[in-house]
Parts: sequence; C-alpha cells; structure tokens
Amino acid sequence: MANIISDETIEYVGILAKLELSDEEKEQAKSDMGRMLDYIDKLGELDTTGVEPMSHVFPVQNVFREDVVTNSDTREELLTNAPEQKDGMFMVPKTFEA
Amino acid sequence: MNIIEMTATELSAAIRAGKATAVEAAEAMLTRIEQQDKILNCYVTVDSEGALKQAKEVQAKIEAGELTGPLAGVPMAVKDNMCTEGVLTTCSSKILGNFVPTYTAEAVLQLKKAGAVILGKTNMDEFAMGSTTETSAYGVTRNPWNTDHVPGGSSGGSAAAVAAGECFYALGSDTGGSIRQPASYCGTVGMKPTYGTVSRYGLIAYGSSLDQIGPLSKDVADCATVLTAIASHDAKDSTSVERRDTDFTSALVEDVKGMRIGIPKDYFGAGLDEEVKEAVLKAARELEEKGAVVEHFDLSLVEYAIPAYYTIAAAEASSNLERFDGIKYGYRTEDYAGLHNMYKKSRSEGFGEEVKRRIMLGSFVLSSGYYDAYYLKALRVKALIKKVFDEAFAKYDVILGPVAPTTAPKLGESLSDPIKMYLGDIYTIAVNLAGLPGISIPCGKDKNRLPIGLQLIGDCFQEKKLIQTAYTYERSRGMFRLTKECTESIHTEQEGQCHEQNL
Repeated sequence: MANIISDETIEYVGILAKLELSDEEKEQAKSDMGRMLDYIDKLGELDTTGVEPMSHVFPVQNVFREDVVTNSDTREELLTNAPEQKDGMFMVPKTFEA
Repeated sequence: MNIIEMTATELSAAIRAGKATAVEAAEAMLTRIEQQDKILNCYVTVDSEGALKQAKEVQAKIEAGELTGPLAGVPMAVKDNMCTEGVLTTCSSKILGNFVPTYTAEAVLQLKKAGAVILGKTNMDEFAMGSTTETSAYGVTRNPWNTDHVPGGSSGGSAAAVAAGECFYALGSDTGGSIRQPASYCGTVGMKPTYGTVSRYGLIAYGSSLDQIGPLSKDVADCATVLTAIASHDAKDSTSVERRDTDFTSALVEDVKGMRIGIPKDYFGAGLDEEVKEAVLKAARELEEKGAVVEHFDLSLVEYAIPAYYTIAAAEASSNLERFDGIKYGYRTEDYAGLHNMYKKSRSEGFGEEVKRRIMLGSFVLSSGYYDAYYLKALRVKALIKKVFDEAFAKYDVILGPVAPTTAPKLGESLSDPIKMYLGDIYTIAVNLAGLPGISIPCGKDKNRLPIGLQLIGDCFQEKKLIQTAYTYERSRGMFRLTKECTESIHTEQEGQCHEQNL
C-alpha cells in the first residue's frame, strides 16, 4: 500500500467528519482509506495541465428571486421530528459552561 | 389479463375503460406485498391505509373526468430517499429511523398530480451508498428471479418491487448507476435522465452534482410515460433545467433506420462476463438488422471514471451528510457529554459502515493540503471525461454497451471488498459524471436465469433517441410478461411460502 494513513490523520479526519471511531474501526479506516487513495492515485497518470475543474456539466448561473416568503409557518410540524424541543425551539446540550 | 401482470399504461387504460378500478389495483398490490414481501423485503414502509385512501380519491376523480392521464389510478412505489409528507422516510439508515417529512419531494408531487397511488417506500443501500441494497439498516432485499442473489443497488427495493409485481412502477435515484444497475439485475427498464431534468427537491442528497431521479418500469412505454410526468422545471432546485419538449412518449416509435450507434471497445474488455457480452452484442445486431448503423470505437478514459467518481461522490457526501447532527431530526444518542460529543456519538451510532467509510474519505479529500491533489484533480478528470463523450456524440446518436460486468451476484459476496464492488459500476458511472441520460433494458438471461441488461447512453437532453432505440429493440426482442416469469421463479424456489393463486 503506497498511502500509509497515520493515527494522527485518522484522528484529524474523525474530527472533520464528526465521527467517533472505536480502535478497531480506526484500524479498518486506515486500511480502507489507504487502499482507496492508492486507487484514486491512478488519476495522477492523466495530464490535466490547463484543464479547468468542472463542477457542473452545464454552464449554470446563479438563480435570483425576490426575497419574499413563499412557504407557510410549519414550526410545529418541523419540531415534531426533533429529538428534544422546548418552547417552540430545538433543544441542544449545554454548549457554554457558566 | 390478471391485473398484476399489466403494465402501468395497460392498467390505467383498463381503469379508464371501467374494466378495473384504482382501488382493485391497490388492493391487488397490497395483497401481493403481504404474500411476498416477507421474503423479498422490497419495502421499508408499506402505507396500506394511505394507499387505499388515495386510490378511492383518485378513482372518484377518474370517474368525474378530472383525471384522464396514463398514470391515473396506478399504484407505485417511491425509493426511501425521497421525502413523503406524513410517511416515514428513512434512507434505509438508522439515523433517520423516525423521520417523518413535513413535505413531499417535487418528483413525487408531479406523480400525485397525475393520479399516482403511492403504496410505500422501497428499500435501498443506506443513503444510496452501495450496489447491492445490502447496506440497508432494514435488512437486505432479495432478487425475485433468484432469492439467493442481490437485486442490485442502490435502488434495489424499487427494481425488485417492479419485477415481482409489488408495484406497477417505481421511482429510484441514480448517482453512479443506482437505477440502471438494479434494473439490469432485476430485468426491468430503468432510466437516469439528463442531470437537471427531474427536480431534486425533497431527494435526500448524496452526491448533489451527480444525483438524478428516474423511473423503474416494466417496459419502455411506461418508462417514457413516467419520465414525462416527473420532468419539470422547479425553482426550488437551482440545478433544475428548463426543457421545452418533455413529452417523451412521442419517441415511442419503432424505427432505428439511420440511427448511429457506437459500441465502445473499452466496454468489452477484461472483467466482462461472457454471457453478458454475448447478450449485449446480440441486441446490437438486432438493432443493426432494423436499420441502425452500428460501429465499434475507442471511448478512452474508461478506467479513470471510477476513481474520479468516488472522490467527487465521497466529497459531496461528507458535506451533504453534515446535516445529520441529532438536533433537528433523526437519531440522537442516549449518553453524551456536551454538544460535540453528542454530534459524534449520534452520527457514529446512526450511520452504517459504508456511509462512514465514504464520509471519512470525503472529509479527507476536502481537507486542506489534499483538496487540490484529490478533489480538484477529480473535477479536472471529470472535464476530460465529459470531453470524451462530447467527441463520441459528434459521431453517434447512441452509445451501446452492458450495464454491469456480470449478472446479480449472490448475497453476501460483495461488501467484503469495497474496491471490487466499486469496479462493478464501471459502465454506469461516467454517465453521471458527464450528466448524460442512460437507460437499462433487459436483453436476455444467463444460464442461472438471471436477467442481463443492455445500456443505451445518449447525449445531454437526447432521452428521446434512447427511448426510440430502446422501444425498437424491445419490439424486436419480443415482449415478455415480466411479473409472470419472475414470480414463477419465486414460487418454485419458495414453494409453500408464497401462496400466490394466479401462477
């Protein structure tokens, strides 16, 4: 395997991805990611000098509209899906310590 | 004819003629689901009550002359990654195990307007990540032709439900082949339209620049009819394209005289099963006999599509799936210490293995220091792949090839080696990168009686050429009663478990 993924990299990616992996999962992730990157490295065989990255296949432009509300108030319905709610708002764990 | 064996358009004609009712059709499907779905597991959610209610309402509108279209009263199924108001929508993930949307996806709304009766939500690979429907958190779906085999994926539940007569047609979504490949494995027709043709509003995003909703159906006429109903310009999807002529049924013409068909030599190399190869080339010869001009050519860059695709799809997935945070909807972990720990634990417990693998890869290729080398490089390769197709479509109307290198693999054989599984997408994936339309249509069966799919690829906005070619081929091949053949197989293999009367 050409790409060796270090423990630090897996830790860092875990932070970016907001995922908590067990030690076993981390080892698996290191090996999976290494193999995938080896495979993706194949793209390096192609000379892409001067080729613009293509995010959209069609020439898309920004679509503008007037800033007016078109949907109705569905707060109550939306909140029924929330794991926790209070006073018409989403409940989140305490974020700041007093 | 037994209602179950009818195509969608045959059924709606029978309903209009007063020979059947929408309620009878819905009841027939629900009975069928009851009989078979314990074995097949095509559905995550069956909405029996809702379906019968819709059927009654639609029947009344048909009788009142308010609904006259070719899909009015026809029961169908929706892949479980499209939001349906008031009906559980899980994406086959534990993280959305209790999610009941407050609105309906635009494509589904368009069908409701046309008088569709929604039976329920079909099983899929979790968040559409997979090629077998085995990554679902709600159990595997079995291939109705042989229940030891997978139905393909990620729209495996939709394809199996259509084949097994548990709905008359279904919606799927296709990010790298997720409509065409299961259609091929289950012997149905499946189409991925040009990017932007069908609104993605209400489709739970995987790879936004690649995702497209499309039909899975029993034949080409139904495919064109459903596509006509769901194609719409939608201001709620900023990538929605305003197309002028979206009556795709006008292309149901039996004529390929002068149609220029190109067969990429690169699609027939190592890895392609011999029986699949023979069936696909035989289909090409039949089209040639009907007057098409068939040539073999070098497409090139074929082997670069998969690495480019997995880079882009993983990057977009890692970004799209950030919204699942245990706050607004979905699963939240029981025990946590503070906000960040809650995020991490909810996501780690809520997502399955394949989803986590792709989120990790996506986060990595987008991270600073690797963004240019991986993500931007993949987008540059995407530009090259698009160019290769542009050059091909300067010479050909349609590109013809297999959908997948093999027929449906056995359950449990694919997930152990992700890269091997990804390689199975080699013929479908470039179509998504280039935004092109592609259709899968059955062209034979292998020695194990598993269906083989023929893929036709068109230039952007050229769905009609695909439909015309597919329709002509279907006529030449001869119609088969998909449901009947397929259920015979279930019945023989599952003797005693499936009490079907009309076989």
